[in-house]
Amino acid sequence: MKRFVYINDESYQNDYCDNRISNTKYTLLNFLPKNLWEQFRRFMNQYFLLIACLQLWSLITPVNPASTWGPLIFIFAVSATKEAWDDYNRYISDKQANEKEVWIVKNGTRKHIQAQDIRVGNIVWIRENEEVPCDLVLIGTSDSQGICHVETAALDGEIDLKTRVIPSTCVGLDCEQLHKIKGVIECPNPDKDIRRLDANIRLFPPFIDNDICPLTISNTLLQSCYLRNTEWACGVAVYTGNETKLGMSRGVPEPKLTAMDAMIDKLTGAIFLFQIAVVLVLGSAGNVWKDTEARKQWYVKYDDDEPWYQICVIPLRFELLCSIMIPISIKVSLDFVKSLYAKFIDWDEEMYDHETDTPAHAANTAISEDLGQVEYILTDKTGTLTENKMIFRRCCIGGTFYGNESGDALRDVELLNAVANSSPHVIKFLTVMTLCNTVIPIKSSSGAILYKAQSQDEDALVNAASNLHMVLVNKNGNNAEIHFNGRVVQYEILDILEFTSDRKRMSVVVLDCESGKIFLLSKGADEAIIPCAYSGQRIKTFVDAVDKYAQLGLRTLCLGWRELETEEYLEWSRSFKEANSALVDREWKVAEVCQKLEHSLEILGVSAIEDRLQVGVPETIEILRQSGINFWMLTGDKQSTAIQIALLCNLISSEPKGQLLYINGRTEDEVVRSLERVLLTMRITTSEPKELAFVVDGCALEIILSRYNEAFTELAVLSKTAICCRVTPSQKAQLVKLLKSCDYRTLAIGDGGNDVRMIQQADIGVGISGREGLQAARAADYSIGKFRFLKRLILVHGRYSYNRTAFLSQYSFYKSLLICFIQILFSFLSGIAGTSLFNSVSLMAYNVFYTSIPVLTTVLDKDLSEKTVMQNPEILLYCQAGRLLNPSTFAGWFGRSLYHALVVFLITIHAYANEKSEMEELSMVALSGSICLQAFVVTLEMNSLTFVQFLAIWGNFMAFYIINFFISSIPSAGMYTIMFRLCRQLTYWVTLLLISGVGMGPVLALKYFRYTYKPSAINILQKAERSFGPMYTLVNLESQLRSDMENTNISFSTTPVKNKASVYEPLLSDSPISSRRTLAASSFDIFQPAQSRNTSSYPRNIKAN
Amino acid sequence: MGGDESYSKFTQQELPACKPILTPKWVVSVFFLVGIIFVPVGVVSLLAARDVVEIVDRYDDACVPANMTDNKLAYIQNPNISKDCTRTLTITEDMKQPIFVYYQLDNFYQNHRRYVKSRNDGQLRDAAKANQTSACEPEKTTADGKPIVPCGLIAWSLFNDTYSFTRGNENLTVDKKDISWKSDREHKFGKNVYPSNFQNGLLKGGGTLDPAIPLSEQEDLIVWMRTAALPTFRKLYGRIYVDLKKNDTITVRLSNNYNTYNFGGKKKLVLSTATWLGGKNDFLGFAYVIVGGLCFFLAFAFTLLYFIKPRKLGDHNYLSWNRHPAGR
Repeated sequence: MKRFVYINDESYQNDYCDNRISNTKYTLLNFLPKNLWEQFRRFMNQYFLLIACLQLWSLITPVNPASTWGPLIFIFAVSATKEAWDDYNRYISDKQANEKEVWIVKNGTRKHIQAQDIRVGNIVWIRENEEVPCDLVLIGTSDSQGICHVETAALDGEIDLKTRVIPSTCVGLDCEQLHKIKGVIECPNPDKDIRRLDANIRLFPPFIDNDICPLTISNTLLQSCYLRNTEWACGVAVYTGNETKLGMSRGVPEPKLTAMDAMIDKLTGAIFLFQIAVVLVLGSAGNVWKDTEARKQWYVKYDDDEPWYQICVIPLRFELLCSIMIPISIKVSLDFVKSLYAKFIDWDEEMYDHETDTPAHAANTAISEDLGQVEYILTDKTGTLTENKMIFRRCCIGGTFYGNESGDALRDVELLNAVANSSPHVIKFLTVMTLCNTVIPIKSSSGAILYKAQSQDEDALVNAASNLHMVLVNKNGNNAEIHFNGRVVQYEILDILEFTSDRKRMSVVVLDCESGKIFLLSKGADEAIIPCAYSGQRIKTFVDAVDKYAQLGLRTLCLGWRELETEEYLEWSRSFKEANSALVDREWKVAEVCQKLEHSLEILGVSAIEDRLQVGVPETIEILRQSGINFWMLTGDKQSTAIQIALLCNLISSEPKGQLLYINGRTEDEVVRSLERVLLTMRITTSEPKELAFVVDGCALEIILSRYNEAFTELAVLSKTAICCRVTPSQKAQLVKLLKSCDYRTLAIGDGGNDVRMIQQADIGVGISGREGLQAARAADYSIGKFRFLKRLILVHGRYSYNRTAFLSQYSFYKSLLICFIQILFSFLSGIAGTSLFNSVSLMAYNVFYTSIPVLTTVLDKDLSEKTVMQNPEILLYCQAGRLLNPSTFAGWFGRSLYHALVVFLITIHAYANEKSEMEELSMVALSGSICLQAFVVTLEMNSLTFVQFLAIWGNFMAFYIINFFISSIPSAGMYTIMFRLCRQLTYWVTLLLISGVGMGPVLALKYFRYTYKPSAINILQKAERSFGPMYTLVNLESQLRSDMENTNISFSTTPVKNKASVYEPLLSDSPISSRRTLAASSFDIFQPAQSRNTSSYPRNIKAN
Repeated sequence: MGGDESYSKFTQQELPACKPILTPKWVVSVFFLVGIIFVPVGVVSLLAARDVVEIVDRYDDACVPANMTDNKLAYIQNPNISKDCTRTLTITEDMKQPIFVYYQLDNFYQNHRRYVKSRNDGQLRDAAKANQTSACEPEKTTADGKPIVPCGLIAWSLFNDTYSFTRGNENLTVDKKDISWKSDREHKFGKNVYPSNFQNGLLKGGGTLDPAIPLSEQEDLIVWMRTAALPTFRKLYGRIYVDLKKNDTITVRLSNNYNTYNFGGKKKLVLSTATWLGGKNDFLGFAYVIVGGLCFFLAFAFTLLYFIKPRKLGDHNYLSWNRHPAGR
């Protein structure tokens, strides 16, 4: 489980791989087989290949095999080319990285080699602004303190500079010595955790005694980071090639499947079963007919003794005839339109954030339809709803409130006076603000000091302190220099007790260089700091201050301090070092040690930082809630702040319109009681028009999720709004998982690293490219610049995508079924022997060309204008409930294709009866009739017709004639002169007109009837927006929707579960209600094991508190 | 510049669009218009079909000698029995020349999967490709392996009944020239391709071909090889360029060679005139009239509905909604 890296010792170097990076999926040799294998893992492709292979048997094939092989090869070639191109680009970039020249130490001298030849144990030298070629343990830098700065943007997306230090045992080694250094590094096997390294280094004599020195992530330079502000650095390669932290964390994420794709797959499956049934029925009928009738027909000349397989021949022929029922083009069409949906998102100027110059981006191009079906949005608070632009507003120092009147403590005269008078409390407070952080001051060329901070809160505190004349000027290694009122104060930072989300506080131990005293400075959440107050301190003012600030929606931090005895510190320091060098459970051990020091604090005061709401957040939430989406706010912040923000952004309403139900408690019993009470209230009040929301904190949630999952699931289903505060990243992900297990479509939106797990877990992850770096945006399927773009993303892009795909997919089946039904009808008139009415060219072109191009322009179709949708967000219900693509709408299309097939076939055979019943002519008449109907159907079903659609639909119709004229002029073609002959016949045009009239008349009449007498809300809005000015008010639409739903036996106030059920119930045997309940129940079991792992970490939190 | 603008309109999904809505006015006028177009077309078609005079005579049963009606198969398969037969037709209406002579087969599946593919177009077109008999199963070669020209089931089962017509003592010549498609004669059937080894097998199918005449001039074969898509079909036998008067009696001498007896097929002789619509086919006319009528009916019904339940229709609806914001 461990690896021992011998520094600069070539005899051990071959144990591990070299530094060749390979991100490619294929090699030149295995590309074809591997790619084909990948493609054939999909059921659809297997099916099409089987069909294509069957067609090679000339006895059974109704048409030329090319009609299937052509499209199949085309589709395969397209995806293979795309894969190959991507892989080639990966290969090129790998090659560049691998062949980069780097300096390493070999036999005591520095040598230039290619990056791919670095071996584990080599000492690598890097100069300023160079990229780190592999994971290194730092052993020397140009800085005398052993510090260097790195930019880790490529690794974690964070743009601040991070400080890296050399391990203490290597301090003071000069260049010469670094060339000769020997030693061993003991480190764990490669993993992908980029925030953690639990390793040790031991140098061999003569360098130092055999002391083991701990290594943490701050002693490393990881692959793909850049060295900044440091002349040079050198380190020992510990992980190389694909075994680096970056290499290990690479991986192909599970492709997400939209609800729509799942529905299309289901429908495809149904069609497949239908096809099998048709084949079996027609196949046996064909065999019977052959034995009874065809044997009498001497001109068919059946042999009496046939090979054994003759019985399968006719069924197989029908299988091939019916194979076009499943449209081969649907996958390609869907991929095409989906990538266009994604492009529309990228292009959208209204989602372009001018402030930060970031456009919206769809990283996942395949799931746009899901946006329109979102039922739950789980949102982070800080940085997502708020701007994450922290401004220090108020503070309470030693019982005195500052900034209450003006709302800005920095302009409060009293505070300024206190600073000027060097009031001891205020000085201590400011010292903690300045020192208790990991901020790096950087002097710009103009002399101004810029702060690089990982946390916005720290940034705000340091900036505020500098405005109050306590300026952090320099932080050089362990030394911090502070200017206060013209005085220079030096501190040595002895230890940093880091912030973790479990501890919720951080501390530093500093040595005042002047007085030689050692201080512990702490800051953190109130519940993490106030319990640590020394006994006897009156903490009531601080608790009040925290409450008061929280009610104003401010973020509070409590600041505390303690003077340490030197002995106490030294003793503690040893155990801290020990804990820090532990290889197992280091984090926990460190937390425990920290706990030992952080007690008996003198609470200095409370700082209040404002984090303003982003522009347009309340409106966005209002609109999205109107559209029937439930909002859950998951935040690490404290309850009162969270509630305040929730009120500000319309997430919850204040009494009496809304009511908040609290689930809290420290012990299991309390939590359970409170949960049951809330659940009871929820059940009773569901019928009342009151907005209920529940509030739960992380502590109670931990207990609930581990043991009372079922009750909580019920609560989750009942509650439209929830606020979960003090939750950890893993709890956020668990909540997403819980909602997903209830079969809800979830969207998670967040901006920071703590949201990544939730974003990845959710059906749709949206990242806000915010101030906390790009981590969330990188992990997300969609990234947007501001929260307010979410409404456009969902209501415009999601909704349109859903509508368009719904039409496109059903239409694809419709047109395939149409041609297939005609073939089946014809088989009844051709002795059920499986003759194809259409020739091979027509069949191939029908699917690939004639019918697929017009429908692609559905990407431009807009049923309602964007403005109407924004004004009537309730309309999203149609997408959410899947009303435009479900078995019953599909049945409509199925019926339409059957009807149209009957129309085309019956009219054709009667108009072209007797002396006109020539095969080629009749088939072209039927084909023209189908194409003509298609053009009319697409025209009628489009809600808005741009010139592109006109061109595609009727241009395609023209193209049909042009192509057929062309084929008709080739003498060797089967249909030579046919099209010319037909077009000269009046009968042909008369027949075509009749087919169009009979085919479209009932469709138009039915559509009109529904539109006028049973209109859906979409129809009403269409009429409203298109016929004349005054728009619907929301009130009207809602009641319309309500009456609309009452018609279909839904009451408006029921939970979304029931809404959804009503759509499917008539056709789906398994009603979603039952499936959801069972899912919810079973999820209880599924959750248990996962949960137990999480709970194991919980007692530690308790202990830490 | 204009290109940029429309490109940006495309990317912003704001291309100018026509957004039709189904207003009663629009829908009713469409149906009305369709009715107005369809009914006259139907009437004209019906009139045209009525102008066609058509005489159909089924002769397959009638031509079997009285003593062999129980065993028609033996009759047709016995080469020694004379197949000559005489039929008398009475002209019901005046028939203007040209009069088309068709033979009609019922229940004959020229579109059968096994039959329709059994031919080789290359062989028919090009003398050099005589050996190409692929797809001609099971009539590819003779027993001793020589390629049959023309090969395949279709040619093998060539229809071989013949007809000659007399009116009183006057012989009515049947012009058998140009009964096939010109394009077929010129491009599909070769001028230098001569039948060989045709109908030499044990089992004789239909008619024989004169090996001295190139395929491009074997018009009966060319007509026959334009396979019919339906099991009931007519094929052109020839044309008579004489006007026939009402009540004329036509005597048809025919040789009843073709076997339809074992599968219950029917053979009919058809004399017909033609119009712009083709032969006698009422279907299009009736269909047009009915569909047109239905369109009028729908237009009428929708108008009526519009007046009976106007509140539900269109604009007023919204106004009333707007006036009384319905209670929640």
